[in-house]
Amino acid sequence: MTDQNKFDYILQQADNCLILGQRLAEWCGHGPILEQDIALTNISLDLIGQARLFYQYAAEIQGEGKTEDDLAYLRDAWGFKNVLLVEQPNGDFGFTIMRQFLYDTFSCHFYEALMNSSDERLASIAAKSHKETLYHMKWSADWVIRLGDGTVESHNRVQQALNELWSYKDEIVLETSVDSAALAAGYGISLTELKEKRDAKITAVLEEATLSIPEGTYSHKGGKEGVHSEHLGYILADLQFLQRAYPGNEW
Amino acid sequence: MVINKEHVQEILEEVKDPEIPVVSIYDLGILRDVKVENGFVEVVITPTYTGCPAMLEIERDINNALKKEGINDFKITTVLSPAWSTDFMTERGKANLKEYGIAPPNPTNEEDIECPNCGSRNTNLVSQFGSTACKSLFKCNDCLEPFDYFKCH
Repeated sequence: MTDQNKFDYILQQADNCLILGQRLAEWCGHGPILEQDIALTNISLDLIGQARLFYQYAAEIQGEGKTEDDLAYLRDAWGFKNVLLVEQPNGDFGFTIMRQFLYDTFSCHFYEALMNSSDERLASIAAKSHKETLYHMKWSADWVIRLGDGTVESHNRVQQALNELWSYKDEIVLETSVDSAALAAGYGISLTELKEKRDAKITAVLEEATLSIPEGTYSHKGGKEGVHSEHLGYILADLQFLQRAYPGNEW
Repeated sequence: MVINKEHVQEILEEVKDPEIPVVSIYDLGILRDVKVENGFVEVVITPTYTGCPAMLEIERDINNALKKEGINDFKITTVLSPAWSTDFMTERGKANLKEYGIAPPNPTNEEDIECPNCGSRNTNLVSQFGSTACKSLFKCNDCLEPFDYFKCH
């Protein structure tokens, strides 16, 4: 391993992308209307594409001759560094939208900052991914507004989703030792600066959506350190089954 | 056989986007560069989207096209930087897209899109995400036809 911290840093975002991409893929064929079914799986595809770029790079840094597939399919739950937010079950459409919105407002600002990374490879992955996440954030923010400022039913449901997800929104901006070392080394980004921009965006959209902002400040955490909720195991069982049962199998 | 850059480019002109078979990978801006050194060919490509499932297909098509012309000594490199944008599309590529029924990207205003079927600008966005990740879905309010719009990036 040439750079353990960089490897861990990259895995955080790679795993966020993969796990959320997998969650969204569960919507395939179940979306409320055809266009939104397609939107959900399009975003899923983008996320898995981003995960691949990060895993490819991480595998090179690891330098053990492993590939992106090893990292995605052959690690156990405690090896995954994604935040708890992205592994939360889909719930109803409103819940999925709110989870997506809370993720997109992070990832958009994350990539925007990462474009200035001292690591050229990370900067170029960020530039590519940022363009995609802009579309994602526009979509999820539009839906938060449409559902929040919609009917009594849609308003209540998306408010309920917000209340449930509120304590999951901040883990992603909590600085771990990996984040601090990455920032100090110049290839990572400042989560403090990101949080400020992100919170402003969240507040503006929730206000337009006529949703009330929950008061709680408690934050669940653990994912970035590999301590996950029970949900991740089930996701991995689905995601990794084939490679575990039939090692090395290909299309 | 002496292999030169122009010859390789000519061969690759026949490689089309698998999902939009009227536009070549050159016109789409996916083909970034062709390098020829001492008979060894390097083809440099870039994805339109990170998750674009057509990239593998495109690599296979490049592979087949070159081998068919007797070029066996080559490699295909994928680069991410500078990130692909619709600015890399050629004017011919945009015209071919329109002819095919897909509205070409409009960087000045993504809400003012011309219907590729009847030319009306009285159109509206149905969904930001269309049949593939690089397109969104529009509807023409005059000829009432739905159509794909190639998103700006």
